[in-house]
Amino acid sequence: MSRYTAVTDADRSAMLEAIGVASVEELFAEIPATVRRSAPLDLPEGLGEAEVYAHLRDLAARNTSAEDEVSFLGAGMYDHYVPAVIDMLMGRSEFLTPYTPYQPEISQGGLQVMFEYQTAICELTGMDVSNASVYDGPSALAAAAYLAKLSNGRPRLVVSRGVHPHGRETLSTLCQGYGMTVTEIPLSNGLTDLAAWTKALDDDVSAVLLSQPNFLGAVEDLEPLIAAAREHGALVISNADPLALGILEAPGVLGVDVCVGEGQTLGNRLDFGGPSFGFFAARDEHVRRMPGRIAGETADVDGRRGFVLTLQTREQHIRREKATSNICTAQALNALAGVVYLSWLGRRGLVELCELLVQRTAYARQALSALDGVSELHNQPVVREFAVTLELADLAAVRRVVARCAAEHVNPGYPLGIDYPEHPTGLLVAITEQRSRADIDRLADVLGRALASERAGAQAPGASSHEGGQTA
Amino acid sequence: MSRLADSAETAMQRDRAVTIFEKGSPGRRAFVAPALDVPELPLDELIPARLRRREPARLPEVSEPELVRHYVRISRRNFDLDSGFYPLGSCTMKHNPRLHERVAGLAGHARLHPLQDPARAQGALALMWNLERALAEIAGLPHVSLQPSAGSHGELAGVLLTRAYHADRGDQRRTVLTPDTAHGTNPATVTMAGYEVVKVGTNADGGVDIDDLRAKADRDVACLMLTNPNTLGLFDPNIEDIARIVHDVGATVYYDGANLNAVMGVSRPGDMGFDIVHFNLHKSFTQPHGGGGPGSGPIAVSDRIEPYLPRPVIVRRGGEHSNGSGREFDLDYERPKSIGRLRGFQGNYGCCVRAYAYICSLGASGLRDASETAVLNANYLLARLRQLGVCELLPPAYDRICMHEFALTGAPMKSELGIRTLDLAKRLLDHGYHPPTVYFPLLVDEALLIEPTETETKETLDGFAEAIAEILSEAREDPEVARGAPYTTPVRRLDEASAAKHPVLRQAL
Repeated sequence: MSRYTAVTDADRSAMLEAIGVASVEELFAEIPATVRRSAPLDLPEGLGEAEVYAHLRDLAARNTSAEDEVSFLGAGMYDHYVPAVIDMLMGRSEFLTPYTPYQPEISQGGLQVMFEYQTAICELTGMDVSNASVYDGPSALAAAAYLAKLSNGRPRLVVSRGVHPHGRETLSTLCQGYGMTVTEIPLSNGLTDLAAWTKALDDDVSAVLLSQPNFLGAVEDLEPLIAAAREHGALVISNADPLALGILEAPGVLGVDVCVGEGQTLGNRLDFGGPSFGFFAARDEHVRRMPGRIAGETADVDGRRGFVLTLQTREQHIRREKATSNICTAQALNALAGVVYLSWLGRRGLVELCELLVQRTAYARQALSALDGVSELHNQPVVREFAVTLELADLAAVRRVVARCAAEHVNPGYPLGIDYPEHPTGLLVAITEQRSRADIDRLADVLGRALASERAGAQAPGASSHEGGQTA
Repeated sequence: MSRLADSAETAMQRDRAVTIFEKGSPGRRAFVAPALDVPELPLDELIPARLRRREPARLPEVSEPELVRHYVRISRRNFDLDSGFYPLGSCTMKHNPRLHERVAGLAGHARLHPLQDPARAQGALALMWNLERALAEIAGLPHVSLQPSAGSHGELAGVLLTRAYHADRGDQRRTVLTPDTAHGTNPATVTMAGYEVVKVGTNADGGVDIDDLRAKADRDVACLMLTNPNTLGLFDPNIEDIARIVHDVGATVYYDGANLNAVMGVSRPGDMGFDIVHFNLHKSFTQPHGGGGPGSGPIAVSDRIEPYLPRPVIVRRGGEHSNGSGREFDLDYERPKSIGRLRGFQGNYGCCVRAYAYICSLGASGLRDASETAVLNANYLLARLRQLGVCELLPPAYDRICMHEFALTGAPMKSELGIRTLDLAKRLLDHGYHPPTVYFPLLVDEALLIEPTETETKETLDGFAEAIAEILSEAREDPEVARGAPYTTPVRRLDEASAAKHPVLRQAL
């Protein structure tokens, strides 16, 4: 008997007798001896619960988390406060341990959560329909491009460089499969370059892809960009930060066809990058080409209101090679956190949170830009993230400055040079409601001194010289 | 259990579904914003009015107590693995240890930013490295990527890797072979990866039809996708021949790891001849299913596929490289032949933490014991069903020793008792069981796919077998009972046809 099994020796004897075999080995007799192992796997033997806990705790202690430092790191995932009710609800057996609601009569809780989640996403984005979630933001973006391909069959995609680098790279990966080409449009003073955008568009363009706000934190003026795409009949796919939609115009109102994004900011913890969820919302006309699970309302035989998975003829288990996507698993538990979070914030709370972020971010932007050797990378409106340029030689110098700050338990942000060679000494700084004015003042102080030391040529503590760029 | 008259509505049934959007009152809230502690600037100066939202999103307005009560109450309208037996074939609904939730919730894991400098995320990278090594050992293939987020995502990675492998050799191929027993994700993945599906037939024993495979394996074939044991719960004893036939035409062999729970430590896909394997951490390695995700679908590959793995890959630097940098473990992006990313960041790390804790708990012999017990439990349950006479009406689709699951056909039950597999499944709900997977695999008429897993007791299996026997004998008396089931669930049979015909996909406000 090993951990979590319950077959005693007496059980085993009785069971083998009922089966009519003499040993457990006999049950594996169909496996050819050439591929059946007698030797044990080369893995350590099992540990007791307390030992496993201690081992995992020791590994956790070797990480510097947002609990251990004052962190201004964002770039796609943000250290927002996750309310305690979310831990409680996500930990409930009834939400944590079932599978996809294939039997709706005993899955009304999960199905209703999906229905409420879809409602919340539609309200936030101003779109007509939402699915029940997909893996994450970047994969949602690539899934939206696949919807465009199914919708109009055109061969090209035009994507702004303001889209998260991981989203753009995921898109390129998936395009190898379905054979579309991607044209990237540069940013100019922080915004998608409208002239280059317009020039890249033609009637071969299946869809255009934008981000609001973009990766540099800038709020894009979407209307002219969308209008240009419309002239060529291209679908408009917008990635959105769902939290920022508390203050920014809803994509649906602006004429976006498909709105996707990373849902981590809605009540999901950082978890070193996942699991969180991606949201996927669209206009009505695209609903039968959407990927993933969708919950719908119906009634039972006695007329009681109920919910089911619906429009399943899109899906892989019915349509197989003709399915609109191969996706099977959604991110139901993370989407639950999303809808609970939005309900916890509430109609006014979401707006107030966004306004607080805007004010604190403006304060931080001003405080950092006032430092010697720091200037704004762009001067566009921002919600909770902004970009500055450090007067340094290169990315390696930025990394040394970051390491100096880290030694004082401040993480000043994300070195933009990793993904944007055109901004080798850029720094992306994110503000959440967990970062107070005092934290921001501390950042300004620590970063100012770290920069001064670096520029004075002193050797940094713990900085590595062995570093390459991270993404293309 | 008697059939309930309409007047005998249960308390749960009387409690009609009301969404959070229909609750609350204007002005109520749970959240209180932190005080504004910086000088306030006019909003118009910060974000011009024309870029701002004109109407706030119509989110719920509820107090925290209302919020908690709403979700706790609707949670009770779910059946879950912690409360009852969940023999859902192909899904491996094994016990989810709470230890895993505890360790995944430690701040050092849960509040670690994915873009933290690797020098300050050494614990996470070490954990991922260790998990990769363990999965490589279990698969019998040397290289692992933890990036894919689910089985279907792992499949997509696998087929894109195959595409990259052939392209790198200047080899244009057009098709992917899948057995007609395959999970629906296989053919759907093939299309997304730009290939055409060619189906391979099933032989009389439930395995791959070797002659059909030989006939279809040509130089146009990029890959064969296979589950072994397959979706009928049967191990294909011809696996080495199958791999040889496919390799002989220069194609890759892909292992859908959905059924790995049958063979952990017993037989390794790499040893069987597979080039690429995906794992379902939410199945074999007990990441909780969460009501439909999150999942995690790492892949393991052979040496010849390794250059194309998604990036970044986790590397362990040798002595001189890590000297002074604090980076024993690192993320390597310099992968010129990589297919690129499949998603953001490093994958579903939280799922990796849980899977790693599980592997640490079980160790080498525990993993093997888990698989052996899963197979023992499945065969015992089948034997019990036979003993009780159930298999006269629900015979096994293929009468062989099964692995961790087995497929029954309800065809005789349908013709003799006049109830369908769906009716049996719905009646099981009244007995407090989650039904098996129904109507899959597609080639079995009125299919039931039953996977008990290793974490269930003999008593549970006995009880489930007896419940099925009872439903059949009840149906012999009066088939209407099963046809009208369920009676005791929060709602009864739902009108799925009208839901699809007239979709209502959100709460009207």
